[in-house]
Amino acid sequence: MFVIDCPYCGEREQSEFKAGGEAHIVRPKQPTELSDDQWAEYLFMRKNIKGIQFERWVHIHGCRKWFNVVRDTSNDVIKAVYKMGEKPPTN
Amino acid sequence: MTKNLRVKTSKFIDETYKISFKFNGTTYYGYKGDTLASALLANDIHLVGRSFKYHRPRGIMTAGSEEPNAIVQLHSNSARTEPNVRATELEIYEGLEASSQNCWPSVNFDIGGINNFLSPLLPAGFYYKTFMWPASFWEKYEYFIRKSAGLGKSPTKPDPDIYEHKYIHCDVLVVGAGISGILAAKTAAKNGFKTLLVDEKSYLGGSTIYQNSEKYRINNQNSSSWLEKEINEIKKLKNLEIKTRTSVAAFHGYNFLLARESLTDHIPLNQRKNKTRQRLLKIRAKKVLMATGSLERPLIFDNNDRPGILLSSAIEKYANLFGVACGEKNVIFTNNDSGYETASSLFQKGIDVQAIIDNRENIDSKLIKEAEKNNIKIYKGYTVVNTFGYKRINKISVMQLSKDGQKVVGSKISIACDCLGISGGWTPAVHLFTQSGGKLKFRDEDQVFIPDKYPSDQISIGSCNGEFTLDEILSSLPNKLKEFLNITKTDYENLEVQSSYNKSKRNIWLLPSDKIFGKTKSFIDYQNDATARDIKLALREGFRSIEHVKRYTTTGMGTDQGKLGNMHALGIISETANTKMGEIGTTTFRPPYTPLTFGTIVGRNVGEYFDIFRKTPIHEWHVKNKAEFENVGQWKRAWFYPKDGEKMHDAVQRESKAARDSAGILDASTLGKIDIQGTDASEFLNRVYTNAWSKLAIGKCRYGLMLNEDGMVYDDGVTTRLDENHYIMTTTTGGAATVLGKLEDYLQTEWPELDVYLTSVTDHYATVSVCGPNSKKIVSQVIPDLDFSDDNFPHMSFKNAKIGKIKCRIMRISFTGEQSYEINVQANYGKSVWEKCMEIGKEFNITPYGTETMHLLRAEKGFIIVGQDTDATMTPIDLQMDWIVSKKKYDFIGKRSLYRSDTIKEDRKQLVGLLTENPDEVLEEGAQIVADIRKSPIEMLGHVTSSYYSPNLKKSIALGVVRGGKNMMGQKLIIPMENKQINVTVADPVFLDKENKRLNA
Ligand SMILES: [Zn+2]
Repeated sequence: MFVIDCPYCGEREQSEFKAGGEAHIVRPKQPTELSDDQWAEYLFMRKNIKGIQFERWVHIHGCRKWFNVVRDTSNDVIKAVYKMGEKPPTN
Repeated sequence: MTKNLRVKTSKFIDETYKISFKFNGTTYYGYKGDTLASALLANDIHLVGRSFKYHRPRGIMTAGSEEPNAIVQLHSNSARTEPNVRATELEIYEGLEASSQNCWPSVNFDIGGINNFLSPLLPAGFYYKTFMWPASFWEKYEYFIRKSAGLGKSPTKPDPDIYEHKYIHCDVLVVGAGISGILAAKTAAKNGFKTLLVDEKSYLGGSTIYQNSEKYRINNQNSSSWLEKEINEIKKLKNLEIKTRTSVAAFHGYNFLLARESLTDHIPLNQRKNKTRQRLLKIRAKKVLMATGSLERPLIFDNNDRPGILLSSAIEKYANLFGVACGEKNVIFTNNDSGYETASSLFQKGIDVQAIIDNRENIDSKLIKEAEKNNIKIYKGYTVVNTFGYKRINKISVMQLSKDGQKVVGSKISIACDCLGISGGWTPAVHLFTQSGGKLKFRDEDQVFIPDKYPSDQISIGSCNGEFTLDEILSSLPNKLKEFLNITKTDYENLEVQSSYNKSKRNIWLLPSDKIFGKTKSFIDYQNDATARDIKLALREGFRSIEHVKRYTTTGMGTDQGKLGNMHALGIISETANTKMGEIGTTTFRPPYTPLTFGTIVGRNVGEYFDIFRKTPIHEWHVKNKAEFENVGQWKRAWFYPKDGEKMHDAVQRESKAARDSAGILDASTLGKIDIQGTDASEFLNRVYTNAWSKLAIGKCRYGLMLNEDGMVYDDGVTTRLDENHYIMTTTTGGAATVLGKLEDYLQTEWPELDVYLTSVTDHYATVSVCGPNSKKIVSQVIPDLDFSDDNFPHMSFKNAKIGKIKCRIMRISFTGEQSYEINVQANYGKSVWEKCMEIGKEFNITPYGTETMHLLRAEKGFIIVGQDTDATMTPIDLQMDWIVSKKKYDFIGKRSLYRSDTIKEDRKQLVGLLTENPDEVLEEGAQIVADIRKSPIEMLGHVTSSYYSPNLKKSIALGVVRGGKNMMGQKLIIPMENKQINVTVADPVFLDKENKRLNA
């Protein structure tokens, strides 16, 4: 049970949020142009890193906004939180 | 006649307040302040249970939560009965009834005791090796094991007590109110931190508070009096909340801790009514100070488990805190200075100490002098090699240790005693620290694991950090607190501390014996009866990882989680396998630190509060009209309305026929409703549904199918265009929340450029659906101002109207295949509109129907139910719904997946109709479908998803998914059942009115 600093509401219990998997996987603009393999890459392939991972979260029982979280999956330490559309922090 | 072993009055015991209690059926007396263990010891009762595997007599071993033996059942055969209660923690109260757990028929005569003599046949892994084969016998074994092991009985009646949960947010949490915790809490609170101090015991001050000895002095005062003043001061601090009888069960990440606060477990039974029994505290602390103390280690030697053998520190505590002598002829067996402290305390109380057996050769001369003065004989460099006495220790034999401590030498000496105190040094209580993700390091000099890396804003102070002497604790504490709390000063700079014991220790994990190793019973885990021999056997059999050894020998797997013996298990593994202690690591300490009751875990969420349930605005009417309900998600939906004692089948047949013959009425309020507005609303629908939406005229309705990006059907429902940029979408009842979530996800993350706003309005409207050939006659009287002619109000369209002053939206849409009108009104008008429809419909025999009839009617029409006829593996093509997939649209969610190599396979499972050879035979939903029964193994082609007896078609109908079913029309298949096989024919899934004539009839 960690605490997430929602960029819109501030610090809240993890139970107010829902995880949405790996971040920065952009839906292809022209899916029909893609081969089966390329589409499968978008659809199924996720990194599941032990360590620093970029993730999507939504404040589902709060403001219902989606945003990005940089989390160390080995100890749940959240390194950064930033809004959708913003660039991930570089360090 | 039992003895009275009370010694000098203790100020912690109120001897003017006598309490009677029952133990194993006999009435005894104790005083307010006693635990069950101290009261029993005062009555000279040591034998309290039998061990788990060998049923050896076991006695009280400790004075705290680490107790492995004195585990009792409270209030047998009542709703309040509770197993696994530690007698060493339980405060006695008027009305207490406790009984021994691990014995049958009684603690003094125990049939399972025969296992003790069979013990060569019960080595480590015995249960795995014997009882796991054949697997089908397990049920019988389990019965036998449970009965003879007597693991305690759970209550069979509902728990009469009240429990609750409470959230606490604080700046600083201090866990443990020993001297370190008290000083830390006072410092934090005085510096403006909102502080919470918790301790599992009923009193504050830890072991220092009863250490009534001149040997410990702080600023020239007795340490216990000095601490008492500090305690009196912290009780006045406004910033500090103190909770005793509060045991921290779990320490999770981000300083989130769970604790159990016991509120009534210590008060007389007849005063507990309407009071909260236990409270689960959910604590979120900015900073955590762990001051959890340390646990004394036992020593591992032959027959180290007899009643009358206690931890040396427990004997001291019983004497000093409870004023109870554990024996009249005591012997202390130690490998460090702690044993001398106990001896000295006992002497002061006038309790006889015969001898001190010390593993060490070199002992502080001051200690020797004092012992000699008190007439206590010291055996230097000796070890206990055996103990005697079945239900109570009566003799020990001791021998001298060899130089390397691996053997015993010389001759055996016998010493008579009725109590043996053992001290193997101290183990920091790091359980909670490791739960939080903290990493330990091994300190070689005194063989202890201490905190090394902290995963959150926390520190460990005092003996849980490996600081075992008073001067060590108090000299390091001020600087630690200043750094941790970021303050400049504490009240405890330059305290003058005197403590006369030091850290010298001779650590031998497994003490040698004159017997050959295989003949000794040296217990490491008392609760699970694991011996040193079991550990060595596991290693011989090839187990190496501590986690595997633990599971194989069951060491550390009891309700005490091996708080006493885990270190010795590690030590023996390290010695036998020749690896370093620090490298083996420790087993994982899991929450809870001490067991929690189920009541505490669930709190108030019991009975009707277990989960919320949602009722429609028309719910009261359904209840009044005797509907049976079914749960759909959190909704209670009317399932069917039995009349005159009808069974479900008959009610559903009647309702289904009435709906097709004349008129039926359904409460459809639970369907999810999402209001969609914005200039890009049409484009948005184009992207989320498989069919096209741009050309839908205002005032028209359209059915839509929603896919996941993998092409699988996710949800369906009718969406209506209310205005140019305004739609109302309906979703399945169960899917409402997730559909909204998914749509918001796409809007916010993939298409933020779209001008679309979504609002969940499910609860805002009540929906009354009237269907059947007479439905139009009914609704046109309910809403007389509206022109219901087919020209003005055709199928799949919508009208705004008014019933009196009530605004309503009417959709002419159908899930039954009948002409059908859905009236949507503001929720609070729902019931009156329903009642009006019932009243006007009376002359047409309008019949309320529930979800079961709704399912039957739609199955006759071959309409799917997402989640029943589909799972997450069905594409629209699999459902034979190709017509709804737009070929023209460039893209929609899931489109690309519809022509992946896997989704275009011809032999995927496809939805078909199934007709039984015998029209009266109704298939079972979920039944498997096969083609050839003779082939082995039989190839499963699919399964039945929906099945009913249709009163309108007068035959059994079913839907099912069948591999390649689309091309099997007319083919015969088989449904194998337990004692028969049913022949079916693959059919069109639309059984009734394929031409849709009834929609406009
Ligand atoms: Zn938020």
